Amino acid sequence: MFESKSGILLVGGLGFFLFAFLSNAVVPILLYQDMPEQTVEELASNNQNLLYMFEDLSRRYPDQFEKYYGEANPESLAKALTIGRKVYTGEGCWHCHSQFIRPVSNESERWGKVASSDEYQNELQRPVLWGTRRVGPDLSREGGRRGNDWHAVHFYDPQMLSPTSPMPKYRWFYDDNSPDKPNERGLAMITYVQWLGSWLEQYPDYENYTPLEEQMRNPLE
Amino acid sequence: MSAESNNPALSREAEAEARHEDLVDERLVAWYFLAGLGYLFISMLGGLLMALQLVQWNPLEGNEFLSPGRWRMIHTNAVAYGFIANCFLGALHWAVPRLTLRPVFNRHLSTFIFAAWQVVVLSTAAGILLGEAQGIEWGETPWWIDPLALAGLALVALNFMAPIVKTTGPLYVTIWYFMAAFIWTFLTYAMGNLMPQYSVPGTSAGAIAGLFIHDLVGLFVTPLAWGLMYYFVPILLKKPIWSHGLSLVGFWGLAFFYPLNGIHHFLYTPIPDFLEHGAVVATIAVEFVVTTVVINFFGTLWGSGRAVVTNLPIRWFYTGMVLYFITCAQCAMQVTLTFQKLIHFTDWVVGHAHLVMFGVFSMWFFGMMTYLFPRLLKQSWYSRSLCEWHYWLSVSGIVVMFIDLTLAGVFQGYYWASLQPWEASIDGSHPFWVTRVFAGLAIFAGQIVFVYNLWKTWSLGKVAQPAMAT
Repeated sequence: MFESKSGILLVGGLGFFLFAFLSNAVVPILLYQDMPEQTVEELASNNQNLLYMFEDLSRRYPDQFEKYYGEANPESLAKALTIGRKVYTGEGCWHCHSQFIRPVSNESERWGKVASSDEYQNELQRPVLWGTRRVGPDLSREGGRRGNDWHAVHFYDPQMLSPTSPMPKYRWFYDDNSPDKPNERGLAMITYVQWLGSWLEQYPDYENYTPLEEQMRNPLE
Repeated sequence: MSAESNNPALSREAEAEARHEDLVDERLVAWYFLAGLGYLFISMLGGLLMALQLVQWNPLEGNEFLSPGRWRMIHTNAVAYGFIANCFLGALHWAVPRLTLRPVFNRHLSTFIFAAWQVVVLSTAAGILLGEAQGIEWGETPWWIDPLALAGLALVALNFMAPIVKTTGPLYVTIWYFMAAFIWTFLTYAMGNLMPQYSVPGTSAGAIAGLFIHDLVGLFVTPLAWGLMYYFVPILLKKPIWSHGLSLVGFWGLAFFYPLNGIHHFLYTPIPDFLEHGAVVATIAVEFVVTTVVINFFGTLWGSGRAVVTNLPIRWFYTGMVLYFITCAQCAMQVTLTFQKLIHFTDWVVGHAHLVMFGVFSMWFFGMMTYLFPRLLKQSWYSRSLCEWHYWLSVSGIVVMFIDLTLAGVFQGYYWASLQPWEASIDGSHPFWVTRVFAGLAIFAGQIVFVYNLWKTWSLGKVAQPAMAT
């Protein structure tokens, strides 16, 4: 068997691969088969946090919003989320930003609730965008932390808000090269980022950490 | 030319008479290597762009089609499917017919596969540039290319399995690895590109994405590469592999444990703990297997150590093996949950990936090319010292890059865990990222030297033997 064609093809090639597939892929599939997968429409219709942000977006950039998404309602929200997910994937955002909080290394202190499976059973996580590298911070608790205008400026020129940031400028998210005019992709990306974590009941503190200089200061002074 | 391959079994006499010219399509081998080198340069440009972006030196900002985020994906895909896959196909077209003493299934099919594979790779690059990437790491190939790529992989298997199936008697180690790899590559590509997109969402898809990332390295690149090492090293050292028993342990150990590793890419995710722990244990088991393989190859070298100095291909191969051992020893440590806390998400992992993809597999390809190009071009190298420059620039570049990124990873991990502002980790990474740019430029320079040397060699060959050039 160990040196024969059939042994290598059937046992080594096919058999061991299938064994690994059954134990490492089919087992989690069976474990989660009863957890329903939400559609984008469902995600858009039962999330008040996000709908609020989406309406805010429509008031801040009324002309651009009207042009690309019409009115702010669950239908246009679903459309923006779908486009947002596509742009997020296509621009490779997920190669520098993860989307899961681990139960170690103080990550729940920095970002909030540790990730759980139910958060990923939806159409916008198909395929799941956990990521494997953090150049920038995790984004799965980003929604609602910062305003839409912050994101509009940040995508236009990250270094304006965070001078040492290595994030590229995404000028093609804007019409007329103007940060006041996010286009279809820009509005979709802001919506998508505001969606991340907006399903949670509370947003954790992120920017309330004591700056380094203060930490280092002698409390007796 | 395909008449022979229509015969179900060649007679013994015919086998004895099999001539190299009838077996190997040398031009195709050369084409594959040249295509591979072309993609290597595309990939290095992508890597350079991303490296410059990280240190805020990117001069090309603001253009959608020069976006570092997209070029980062071209960087990895051009290496995996452009450089590595093309070099494999070239080397297989040399090794398989010579080992089995039979030509491939059909030479027209070979030419067709060559063209079709370039279409696959170039349209992948075009798709990624246009922002059509699929959300699977190493599988960013837009969904509309996946069926074509799968058909290509099936044809590759058919083309090479035909001569293998017809052989009689004991099979050499190389053939074990090749046969298994043809099946694994097809299954891995199908699983990773289709399932997370079409059949399962969320956490289970994450588990499959983990399997895919790992199987692509472990079940496509690794077995083909080791198969080629088992082929080229004994030929160059002119002696058999040290231990047949260890060859068996190496192959079957890899076949059993490697497919079980995948989930170790997503430790501390919502994937159930028992699956994560299983992947950790299987990974540590792989490192024991790897050790037996490396021992086997150093046993083979024993007594011929000077070849490492005098014989450039052997030096490339054994440098790759030393770095392979380092990669795998590192892997056995970093896969543990203790290490993962600190180094996951950091540049440590990026260093590890570069060490294995460039420090090991690319080095082996450079060794094969250094050995094969003079034979394909019927002309010895234009300059031995340029070959040395290629070697030393590549090795010093990757060693510096590896140490640099590994250290950067440790720093980043501690910055994050200590809850300092995110910017602290960026500032702390800056010197490491600057160093990485220059390490990458050394590697880049090494490849430019290689291509220049190759071009000069080719020109010499054309002058010396005008008949050969046609």
